[in-house]
Amino acid sequence: MSREILKVSGLSMRFGGLLAVNGVGLTVKEKQVVSMIGPNGAGKTTVFNCLTGFYKPTAGTILLDGEAIQGLAGHEIARKGVVRTFQNVRLFKDMTAVENLLIAQHRHLNTNFLAGLFKTPAFRKSERDAMEYAAYWLDKVNLTEFANRPAGTLAYGQQRRLEIARCMMTRPRILMLDEPAAGLNPKETEDLKALISVLRNEHNATVLLIEHDMKLVMSISDHIVVINQGTPLADGTPEQIRDNPEVIKAYLGEA
Amino acid sequence: MPDIYHFFQMLVNGLNVGSTYALIAIGYTMVYGIIGMINFAHGEVYMIGSYIAFIAIAGLTMMGLDSVPLLMTAAFIASIVVTSAYGYSIERVAYRPLRGSNRLIPLISAIGMSLFLQNLVLMSQDSKDKSIPNLIPGGFSFGPGGAQEVIVSYMQIVVFVVTVLAMWGLTLFISRSRMGRACRACAEDMKMANLLGINTNNVIALTFVIGAALAAVAAVLISMQYGVINPNAGFMVGLKAFTAAVLGGIGSIPGAMLGGLVLGVAEAFGGDIFGDQYKDVVAFGLLVLVLLFRPSGILGRPEVEKV
Repeated sequence: MSREILKVSGLSMRFGGLLAVNGVGLTVKEKQVVSMIGPNGAGKTTVFNCLTGFYKPTAGTILLDGEAIQGLAGHEIARKGVVRTFQNVRLFKDMTAVENLLIAQHRHLNTNFLAGLFKTPAFRKSERDAMEYAAYWLDKVNLTEFANRPAGTLAYGQQRRLEIARCMMTRPRILMLDEPAAGLNPKETEDLKALISVLRNEHNATVLLIEHDMKLVMSISDHIVVINQGTPLADGTPEQIRDNPEVIKAYLGEA
Repeated sequence: MPDIYHFFQMLVNGLNVGSTYALIAIGYTMVYGIIGMINFAHGEVYMIGSYIAFIAIAGLTMMGLDSVPLLMTAAFIASIVVTSAYGYSIERVAYRPLRGSNRLIPLISAIGMSLFLQNLVLMSQDSKDKSIPNLIPGGFSFGPGGAQEVIVSYMQIVVFVVTVLAMWGLTLFISRSRMGRACRACAEDMKMANLLGINTNNVIALTFVIGAALAAVAAVLISMQYGVINPNAGFMVGLKAFTAAVLGGIGSIPGAMLGGLVLGVAEAFGGDIFGDQYKDVVAFGLLVLVLLFRPSGILGRPEVEKV
């Protein structure tokens, strides 16, 4: 029985009179890829925003490795190892690809001003390590040749991959991807799928995914949670979800 | 051809004034680049820098120490340290508690801070001009002599050299160092930088400190060159530096450097052509012209609405 990295129960989020999320629960175990699906407006991104501290949930508990994190500020949750991407690419577009990766290691580095001024051996070593780690991940996402290009000039699919590499720089406990395949062509989606598999199999990453591309979701998820109009609809393996009449109804409407 | 010497003289004067505008403009442009507010108390920060230099020099002279290198170093160090502390405290007290509120609110707070600092100095130092010695007097001249002489004071050279060094240091810091990298990241997307674990409060405080330190450098240089300081000096100098920042493209560091130099040179030539009393008209007229044709400034980028 592997560890439960994230355990959410009874999560609700109310905006005035609108109950956007109502009693959602989900569990992500170590080295699992869990997907959250549902029609547009179902409240998936709202769940993400609650998990990452953008919103303070109205009710419910969020346990990260057994520790309650609901209601903490965004940067506090980030520092506990929850990182996310957004539906739109949020790279530092004017900075080079490698700088984007270095910046994500900022808090792991010794940023003592005097150490930097005098370039102490410890400072240099940490700078070199950061650079090596960045180079390693640039290679993993096949962007080594673009290391010194401003991130904003990369192709869209490359920017998506760079963003995932940047998340990995922070050595996350859980990686949350909000529609990573949106706007990608079939080839780029294949690359993304391969990358997520590599993350899980070789780097022990735990992934929570929001995605509309059902082919992608069905092929890489260990577990799927379906949300409809803010409430949990179904929960199970890809096979169970595929055959669930409730899910089909929510997506396609009644015959 | 007599005009060439006159031209050189104006160019020297313009670059001299312009480089001090550039130093102060950095403070406006960096703060704007990171948190999108105009720090209207920055001119007062400059003014305080000049008083600290005055106090340091007067104090040491009274103690019987009058070696020029010592006084120079003491004036710079004291002014930079104390003024940076002011920059840090101003952000901490007057702006940080208001972060996230409507854009106008920190602006009003900045104006309040500016009035407070002016009156603080008025009360503690009274309103009379104070004179500060020029520690590096003299200069040299070239040209055929008479009206065609080009006079360059040593102080003007010091101003130019120190400015170039400070700009070079700042550029290196921003482009190479870790904190500089963090500054650029925050300027692009503060929320994302925060999510990646950068302490954005520290980065914001740092930009205020850098801006104040450069204003202090400018304050020491200008005060020595002109020999007079007073508590109201911050207003006009601040306004000019702000103009320089907008002219160059606010938010852009190279823009502030260029804007300062362009403004200084334009003022020198404008004052020469239309008469000295019109030099401010030329400076602000130039601003209007540039903004008409390039609303985002010389090196500024067109504003892109963030999604």
